[in-house]
Amino acid sequence: MGKRLLQGHALLVYLFLYAPIAVVVVLAFNGGRQVLFWEGFSTRWFGIALRNPVIRDALENSLLVASLNAVIACALGTLLALALSRMRAFVRVPIDALAYMTLVTPEIVFGISALIFFVESASLVGIDSPLSVWTILVAHVVFNASVVALIVRARFVGMGQTLEEASYDLGAGPVKTFLQVTLPRLAPAILAGGLLAFTFSFDDFYTSFFVAGPGSETLPLYIFGQVRFGVSPEINATATMMLGLTLVAIVIAYLVLRRTEQGRRAAAALPGV
Amino acid sequence: MAVAVPRVTRRRRERAARAGAGGPRYPGWLALPAVCWYLVFFVGPLGIMAAYSFAQATGYTDVSFNWNVDNYRYLWDPLYGKIFLRTLELALIGTGLTLLIGFPFAYYLARYARRKTLLLLLVIVPFWTSFLIRTYSWLIMLDGDFPLFRALDFDPEVLYTTKAIYIGVAYNYLPLMVLPLYAALERMDWSLVEAAQDLGDNALRAFVRVTLPLVLPGVLAGSLLVFIPLTGEFLIPAILGGEKIFYVGNLIAQQFGEARDWPFGASIAMVLIGSMTVALLAYARLLGKQEQYG
Repeated sequence: MGKRLLQGHALLVYLFLYAPIAVVVVLAFNGGRQVLFWEGFSTRWFGIALRNPVIRDALENSLLVASLNAVIACALGTLLALALSRMRAFVRVPIDALAYMTLVTPEIVFGISALIFFVESASLVGIDSPLSVWTILVAHVVFNASVVALIVRARFVGMGQTLEEASYDLGAGPVKTFLQVTLPRLAPAILAGGLLAFTFSFDDFYTSFFVAGPGSETLPLYIFGQVRFGVSPEINATATMMLGLTLVAIVIAYLVLRRTEQGRRAAAALPGV
Repeated sequence: MAVAVPRVTRRRRERAARAGAGGPRYPGWLALPAVCWYLVFFVGPLGIMAAYSFAQATGYTDVSFNWNVDNYRYLWDPLYGKIFLRTLELALIGTGLTLLIGFPFAYYLARYARRKTLLLLLVIVPFWTSFLIRTYSWLIMLDGDFPLFRALDFDPEVLYTTKAIYIGVAYNYLPLMVLPLYAALERMDWSLVEAAQDLGDNALRAFVRVTLPLVLPGVLAGSLLVFIPLTGEFLIPAILGGEKIFYVGNLIAQQFGEARDWPFGASIAMVLIGSMTVALLAYARLLGKQEQYG
């Protein structure tokens, strides 16, 4: 009997988790002007949203920041993961702690300190308003580099050293060994890390909220500004497009990670972030 | 071909991997770019924020560094005390709700469910989608005009109240609670529970005496993952509370918005980090005790 009860509870939990998201998506296809009164299926709000110049600018900003963030975070995170695995403990442990701190520090605290930092350091060199897409990018890379490092490292430490030793023995240097031996084996983890870094940046609200300036509004910031005026079919359509994009990225990342045995460790390690 | 290649045993490699070491050899200086990025754009800003909390706002953007604790003294006021207590209440209720909903769920997943990978992925997916959109969705779900409520001719009247905030919190933070709970329950050896029951414990007694002590670290980890970010939460109250119900996070955001008192905002953030550190230390102690006796 207990098992049945638990099963019913689990079913309700899945309903709880997915019903709100499904409602937003379904209502995005409502042709009417009022969100909650169904007036027939239509995709017109997607067209209206995509023709709205403010939304287009926000989408462009979001895509720019998220893509560059993913590239930089992949480079920094992968190099960090390579370096850490053979470091002596007294160097490795503090760096590890630092990387974890970037993930556990509440975003509001990081957001305001980044804001103060950007404004203060810009005023040192005589710039009045430094806040732009670039400050958002720099701030996003901080915690996304740690995300990539975490995923890449979980794969890296489990993969053994024999192939790389062989490569060194045969006369290849570290660069050649990396490109020809390590990189191909790490590629799934780096790809997955990059996709996750992309979605974390694309969806980020808290950090962007503080370090965005005039003209550098991202999609989440735009939606937040609009929500103050209540729900609207245009927000539903925009939100649905955002959900679609992140969902695709997440599922690809997950499948890529799951394909490899060591990747399971990485996939298991990540949700704890 | 008589070169003896030292074979690293599988067990040794696994142990090294668990400790976070091992893998092919690469030079340590490769860590420099990331470490520099952390130092300049993470540690540096936190340090400047700490310094700011001892400064005073003197104009619209100007700040003078007087190095006194006026901001903290100013914060020591029943008005702000109330906001801190309300935030504590939010964090405790949020942790309690997610535990209440999440524990039976994780228990089912770990002990009885088939296709665990898929079911777990279904918990993770919403967690990785936009926090903002997930919060926004409850503006629609709780509206009195929501089709379900219209059909029942019933207005829940919870939007823009603390109840709406609690619902939003339980919804957004549930995956953070479920994942560590599942990880702990998944490692459970259920034959221990069966043994306890064979020896005369009823189901409840076996649960309290066998299961609970073994999964307590998971419960603590999940609680911490929910509790800590909740203390700085300001998006859910801003959207579902209609910006009328104030928490510490909203207070900080306000200092960097309309109020424009950055040093005061920095001091509130410092108090927030301070209390968090205390919570983390308490957790470490609890965990230590658990391992000692467990």
